[in-house]
Amino acid sequence: MTAGHLVIAPILIPFLAGALMLLYDDRQRRAKLGFGIASTVALLLVAIELLMRSKGDVSGGNDIGFYLLGDWAVPFGIVLVIDRLSAMMLLLTALLAIPTLIYAAAGWHRQGPHFHSLFQFLLMGLNGAFLTGDLFNLFVYFEVLLAASYGLLLHGTGQFRIRAGLHYIAINLAASLLFLIGVSLIYGVTGTLNMAHLARIVPTLAEGDLPLLHTGAAIMGLAFLVKAGIWPLSFWLPTAYMAGAAPVAAMFAIMTKVGIYVILRISMLLFGPSAAGSAGFGAEILIAGGMATILFGLLGVLASQGLGRMAANMILISSGTVLTVTGFALAGGGPEMLAGALYYLVSSTLATGALFLLIEPMSREEGGIAAMLALTADAYGLDEGADDVTGSTLAIPATLTVLGLSFGACLLVLAGLPPLSGFIGKVAMLAPLMAGVTLDPALAWAFLALLLLAGLATLIGLVRTGIQTFWATDGPVPKVLALEIVPVLALIGLMLLMTVLAEDTLRYMQATAEALHAPAIYADGVFAAPRVTEEAAR
Amino acid sequence: MEIVLSLAIGILAASGIWLLLRPRTFQVIVGLCLLSYAVNLFIFSMGRLTLAQPPIMPKGGFVDPELYADPLPQALVLTAIVISFATTALFLVVMMASRGVTGTDHVDGKEREQ
Repeated sequence: MTAGHLVIAPILIPFLAGALMLLYDDRQRRAKLGFGIASTVALLLVAIELLMRSKGDVSGGNDIGFYLLGDWAVPFGIVLVIDRLSAMMLLLTALLAIPTLIYAAAGWHRQGPHFHSLFQFLLMGLNGAFLTGDLFNLFVYFEVLLAASYGLLLHGTGQFRIRAGLHYIAINLAASLLFLIGVSLIYGVTGTLNMAHLARIVPTLAEGDLPLLHTGAAIMGLAFLVKAGIWPLSFWLPTAYMAGAAPVAAMFAIMTKVGIYVILRISMLLFGPSAAGSAGFGAEILIAGGMATILFGLLGVLASQGLGRMAANMILISSGTVLTVTGFALAGGGPEMLAGALYYLVSSTLATGALFLLIEPMSREEGGIAAMLALTADAYGLDEGADDVTGSTLAIPATLTVLGLSFGACLLVLAGLPPLSGFIGKVAMLAPLMAGVTLDPALAWAFLALLLLAGLATLIGLVRTGIQTFWATDGPVPKVLALEIVPVLALIGLMLLMTVLAEDTLRYMQATAEALHAPAIYADGVFAAPRVTEEAAR
Repeated sequence: MEIVLSLAIGILAASGIWLLLRPRTFQVIVGLCLLSYAVNLFIFSMGRLTLAQPPIMPKGGFVDPELYADPLPQALVLTAIVISFATTALFLVVMMASRGVTGTDHVDGKEREQ
């Protein structure tokens, strides 16, 4: 694939959109909303195009796209890399962002200043983290997305949010410092920060240097495991996620996946089966930690009283599952399980996102959130003025039915019941496991049991809440805006689409997992990147 | 020189971690600052310890890298300083908001029962 400027577009589009929005104050909220939606739709189109390219329909292989920033030759400058995995994550981000933004238009974006700019900067950080091929650049994008997420978490203020935000920021600042220590240790040992270069250097390192490299990777891994919410580094997560405003929490559903993405990328590149002395480094930790996370999440789901905390614990289950499978893949479990886990990752992200969007309409009649919203609107001096959602105050009919059906779809996906995508994801993960891959059978059975138990706990927890809300209710039916339910239906439509197109999606995931098992594809692809000046000279 | 630098990093990091675990927000923020100083020094030390040598090499011809300091950690430290400065400022704002809303500077937003 030739180098194209399209690769940098997923970073530039939200950056320009967000920066431009800063020039206008919050009275122009309509225009900002339109602009934000235009930007996310553009992101979606770019992501689809990049996905098609990295699928390599032309060459039939794995096409690695690259963008040399400043036209430096490969190991020296910063390089953006797009392969199947990053293209998939870009697409997932855009698919989650559009419904979330539409949902925010129902009123959430009025709860505080600069919601739309912060949202765009969050997208910029996410896309940058998925695209970068350089460890330190990854740190920079992480800080961009974290800074935006601090602002978004505090969006709407209120005492609960500020307290949760304080903990969230302190934890993430400490984790960022760990990240820096790890990066500098790796640089100290290998003399490079480029991931492709690292993948080539690691197998050739002297025996004596390995402990230092492993220490660096472990310390850096800690920072991402905090983000991914592995037990026991996840105690901050449920509170922070349930404290955020609904659209913010829905976007946060992908933030744990950034941590998982980086763990997956770096461990497969650096410590894959071909990495000589350090092959499979960290696999035991990922397996043990991932399983403990599933256990912790499933207990959390059973113990939760509110739906918000329950949804946050489901995020823990989902990240624990993918982390365990990453560990299995590192330990030589083969690409089949990893393909299933990638499918599961996408479908569970969409489902938790939809669930977070559903929480607020479902618990509206209790008045807690409405009262809080009125309070924050008061604190900011936001008037219920002319630019309010006059055209969109359309309340949908048969509210409870639509809400109930959406909730049921989320439940089916998260619990992994047929016929929706959650079931396919779990089968795709478990079938290779049952077929007897080269794993410790005790571990494999433990994982199987945990995964099924987690599904059961999810089922029990969600059905309990669902009955309370939809059956045993005799209060007035909550007024739900079409603007709030359409995004949820869109996300559920995506899950349905993933179910219908399961074969194609799984084939894509299979090829992605195989490419992850062959780090040479990534490294060679990046090193083949010619500089523009060389191209011109030729 | 190595021992002085490692002592400095160690003491800064230890004090930072201790302060980070304290129950008052002000102590936490000072702890984070100290910890980030330690980390910055650590990054600096990863590009070999050299004294009074320039990081910029002349263009063209052979240069002896022994005579120059590694420029990359310096660039990294610069970026890290800027970023940690910005995030610390953000944390400070949230800390003040927390103090204003809850009326206490305890990290949990409430004093322990006397």
